[in-house]
Amino acid sequence: MSLKERIKECLEEDLLELTEFRGDLCVEVPKNRVLEVMSKLKKEAGFDFLSDVFGVDNLDLYAAKAKKAKKKTGEEEEEEPKKKEPPPPRFEVMYLLLSLSTNERLQVKVRVPEDDMDVPSVTGIWRSATWPEREAFDMFGFRFKGHPNLRRLLMWDEFEDHPLRKDYPLEGKGEERHLNYDTV
Amino acid sequence: MAREIETVCITTGPAEVGDYVTLNIGPIHPAMHGTLRVITKTDGETIISAEPEIGYLHRGVEKLGENLTYKQFLPLTDRLNYCSAICNNVAYELAVEKALGIEVPEKAQLIRTIMMELARIADHEVLVGILGVDLGALTPFFYLIIQREEIYEIFEWHHGARLTNSMGTIGGVEADLPDRFHQKWPKMRDTIRKANDETDRLLTHNRIWMDRTIGVNAFCADDALNWGFTGPMLRACGVKRDLRKDEPYLMYDQFDFEVPTGKHGDVFDRYMIRMLEMEESIKIIDQAYAMYQKLPEDAPLMKKVPKIIKPPEGQIYHAIESPNGELGFFIKSDGTDKPYRIKIRPPCYMVYQAFGELVQGEMISDLIACLSSINVIAGELDR
Amino acid sequence: MVDWQIDLIKVIFIWVWALLIAVVMTWVERRASAMMQDRLGPNRAGPFGLLQPLADGIKLFTKEDIIPEKARKILFVLGPPLFALPAFSAYAVVPFGDKIVLGGKEIILQVSDVNIGFLYVLALGAIGVYGMVIGGWASNSKYSILGGLRATAQLISYEVPMGLALLTIVLLYGTFSLREMVLLQQGTFLGFLPNWGIFKQPLGFIIFLVAAYAEANRVPFDLPECESELVTGYHTEYGSMRLGLYLFGEYVNLGTLAAITVCLFFGGWSLPYVDMSKFLGPVSYGIASFMVFFLKQAFFLFLFVWVRWTVPRFRYDQLMGLGWKALIPLGLVNLFVTALLVQLTI
Repeated sequence: MSLKERIKECLEEDLLELTEFRGDLCVEVPKNRVLEVMSKLKKEAGFDFLSDVFGVDNLDLYAAKAKKAKKKTGEEEEEEPKKKEPPPPRFEVMYLLLSLSTNERLQVKVRVPEDDMDVPSVTGIWRSATWPEREAFDMFGFRFKGHPNLRRLLMWDEFEDHPLRKDYPLEGKGEERHLNYDTV
Repeated sequence: MAREIETVCITTGPAEVGDYVTLNIGPIHPAMHGTLRVITKTDGETIISAEPEIGYLHRGVEKLGENLTYKQFLPLTDRLNYCSAICNNVAYELAVEKALGIEVPEKAQLIRTIMMELARIADHEVLVGILGVDLGALTPFFYLIIQREEIYEIFEWHHGARLTNSMGTIGGVEADLPDRFHQKWPKMRDTIRKANDETDRLLTHNRIWMDRTIGVNAFCADDALNWGFTGPMLRACGVKRDLRKDEPYLMYDQFDFEVPTGKHGDVFDRYMIRMLEMEESIKIIDQAYAMYQKLPEDAPLMKKVPKIIKPPEGQIYHAIESPNGELGFFIKSDGTDKPYRIKIRPPCYMVYQAFGELVQGEMISDLIACLSSINVIAGELDR
Repeated sequence: MVDWQIDLIKVIFIWVWALLIAVVMTWVERRASAMMQDRLGPNRAGPFGLLQPLADGIKLFTKEDIIPEKARKILFVLGPPLFALPAFSAYAVVPFGDKIVLGGKEIILQVSDVNIGFLYVLALGAIGVYGMVIGGWASNSKYSILGGLRATAQLISYEVPMGLALLTIVLLYGTFSLREMVLLQQGTFLGFLPNWGIFKQPLGFIIFLVAAYAEANRVPFDLPECESELVTGYHTEYGSMRLGLYLFGEYVNLGTLAAITVCLFFGGWSLPYVDMSKFLGPVSYGIASFMVFFLKQAFFLFLFVWVRWTVPRFRYDQLMGLGWKALIPLGLVNLFVTALLVQLTI
């Protein structure tokens, strides 16, 4: 049985989307079912190793797509614009899983809308998610529910923005770190 | 003015209230490599809890990558694990090549293999040397660092740089092996072995060395997997996992080499695995070099790639076995000439997050030994 | 010459000698370690870099003297001399040559032949540790305090086996005077061996040597300063010549320990099988006996360097364990056996 079929069988209705690119499988699962899906994948599908957890901001991707679509529609037919669909969730949390016995890799994608940044933490299943989740919180602002110590990891504690978001400028906003030794 | 100075003074007064003393180790500390910091609570010399704090070398490489083209990002990968920059270069090149769906010519693969294994030897030599220095044995460090310099000589001949190599490019390597390599390698193989042998004789069966390393920070395999350990750290715990064997890339499936594993996951096992891996790397280089010599001299070095690299839309993850463990690049492409998102999976990052658990209950001296044996490279830790 | 003039000359001589050994030792240490590590070492200042210690000294003297704001100033200042001076003072009872007769006057080549010289050396060795402990504590830095604490622990672990090892020597020779001990080591033992302490007390010698390394704070026992763990331990906060005094005191201490080792176990100034006084004039005999003593001392000084660049360092608890669990029982057994043998043979 191929990996695809096994994943389909394992996840059943939790599988929202399955894509393949250059042999890398990526499945999308609903956000509120992350914990169940992950423990299922670990126990039933044999994905017992979590390589990494990180976020992706799709802001620019959607903007570029909308622009393209507009261009296309503008060229072809000039009708009144269609009803606006609700925009797709802006962020994604990616989990990179690995099966140590079969050496297969799987990417698990969770879409996270901007107005609801809560994501269940998988630290209870794999402790290797501890720092990656902290970093994802630091860089994108996901709030991992159930994380033992969700503090900023790479940026300092007083930093306010989330630098890897696409709307954060590359050169920063001129933040400075004021060291306060007395509190150490 | 005087008052201002007073507020900046670090107060290290008599221990804080409570039974334990907070001892701040780093970032300015000889064993912390200038960029790491561990805040420990100690009872005498015993560590009750240790919390690493990172980010002192954070440069936002991933953010920079989103604003650079695929080729422009290559020099930034040097600065990840600067002890073995070539492994980072090749890992990134392989990831982009996977996104493009191309495979580089055989000769380029062999040159990459040879250079990567040389870089692996250099990396392990640094680690073993520094571990010795941190445990008080300074002499082996010099034996090993001299060999590292010799290896850097080869890098310099090949692509002009010693430390930040930026070797190769997407689609292959630019240059053939330098002529001088053919004379140098047979000699260098012996000197590397000799230096390793001298180190081995100075340290491995030394009673003090054994006392300092055996059983220190022992870690079990289940915990190690749960914490996401890879590479020598995982192999020291007894899990035989090496991406060169398990998910072969380049031509590693055609080479004959062993994957040394430890048993207890202690500092001694980590040290031994690195020592043994250097020998395996020499074996791999010999085999790769033999295969290289069989190839015609005008075999292509580069695959034809477009000048502006635009992988099709999609996302890939590709990992290689760097000296520290699984080094992976996740690249999400939106079809333009810049990566939409680059995520680096640094190996020591996953190990270092378990540091608090590794050193709990050990002594301050063991904390230093543990830190050295993990081989935390702040460049790839903070990115 | 009157007595006090002779004494003055001797004092000045021993002072210069101790200083010179310490100065040259810093050079030897760096050159010898470079030799062992395939590098050159300091070779720019003067011939073979011999003036390097001088350059270092000038550098240390001209550096700004910083006392941390929250340090205990008096104790902070007191630390380095307290460390260095006892090491110097211990030289006073070291017999660096035989007695010579000059102009009808008997001159002993020793500043003063104290009849409890042996105890004096032990006591001064223990006082030196206070320099470290006080310096570490007064700096108001946690690393320094840890260094000072380690020094204390090391002292109580190693003074005892050292004392036990030396007690056997006292039992053997029946005197506390270092000079008499040296005199008792002349001649042969069992007919062919030199009559040296090491052949009569091999175990005692080993225990003493290990304890001496611990007392000198050298690798493998350099825990109080342990640069990779405690930055530089007890002298983390020190700079300029105060730091220089600590570093300098360490080398003076090495010289003292090497001299004591030679006196107790290697027959002091005497050569085995040969009596130099028979065919040498008084002055040349004095110089020759001193040279013999110096060469023996130099060997032990080099041994210190050799060991330092060969082995890693112990951990704190392992060091204590070695002291209490290995050396002290061994020392006690050695003491009993020696006592028994001495009782039976006399």
